[in-house]
Amino acid sequence: MRAVSTRTVLLIGFLVALALAGVVSFYASASPDGLNRVAGELGFSGAQQSSGTSRGPLAGYETVGLGNARLSGGLAGVLGCLVVLGCSSLLLLLRRHAPEPARTGGE
Amino acid sequence: MHVPDGFLDAPTSVATAAAAAAAIGIALRGARRELDDRVAPLAGLVATFVFATQMLNFPVAGGTSGHLMGGALAAVLVGPYTGLLCMTVVLVVQSLLFADGGITALGTNVVLMGIVTVVVGHAVFRGVQLVVPKRLSMVAPAAALGAFVSVVLSSATFVALYALGGVIPIPLDTLLTAMIGVHTLIGLGEAAITFLVVASIVAVRPDLVYGARRVVAVRELETRLVAS
Repeated sequence: MRAVSTRTVLLIGFLVALALAGVVSFYASASPDGLNRVAGELGFSGAQQSSGTSRGPLAGYETVGLGNARLSGGLAGVLGCLVVLGCSSLLLLLRRHAPEPARTGGE
Repeated sequence: MHVPDGFLDAPTSVATAAAAAAAIGIALRGARRELDDRVAPLAGLVATFVFATQMLNFPVAGGTSGHLMGGALAAVLVGPYTGLLCMTVVLVVQSLLFADGGITALGTNVVLMGIVTVVVGHAVFRGVQLVVPKRLSMVAPAAALGAFVSVVLSSATFVALYALGGVIPIPLDTLLTAMIGVHTLIGLGEAAITFLVVASIVAVRPDLVYGARRVVAVRELETRLVAS
């Protein structure tokens, strides 16, 4: 059996993630999630405060200025994937090449 | 289960932020050991995949939805320390860019959907691995069980935090029953997705899966015995 290369696994995985965030997300359930549902039923949803970032250009997984829901949500999802990939790769790259801490001295 | 701003009072939010910061500090140290040539490339993809999958709310009973949390999945694929870092990146981006989960609640969300799901998911996964045969076919079921338990305990942890600092008084037994009830259903979805993803990667490249290493190592040992 020929082994699938790491590059292929990463590429396919990334394309699947893009497809999920960019296309499939349009068909996701719009019902309140478990916590919001419970908060509504038990009467503490009123305590919710609007987030300070709720007026941002991608707030609520919608791209500001795009009327088409499919495009607006899809673009927000794709941009989110790129930002998460960039941030996590950078963080982990820095971690990977971080110097070993000095072994001297107790912890 | 992104907690918005306002559900928990300031002292509780400060405490969860401190707990989150401490755990991230530990993860930063621990991840250095996990991030070898096999884990490192996969880690960024895992964070991206968790972000994408968290956009996909699936319906559960009675007009309610849920989505993958992904902590158990990340822990099995890239290890618990790296997994927590992946989850933290996802939660920070969601909070700042998408207004999904509050800003003062960011520490709370890292505790609930990062620390609890990663630690519980990893612990259950390792526990199952200890008792079942060391076969590759057992990796995905063990991960799925870890995923299920992690979601249920995450919802129970929310109730514990609400008991400490919930802004609006609610009967806690009612809250616990409601949260565990709905998150048992969401946990089944979490288990199914985790099973599917882990089984897919194990099928093509088991050596890339952190949680499959012990099993792969055992297999190699057996091969050598036969060959000699």
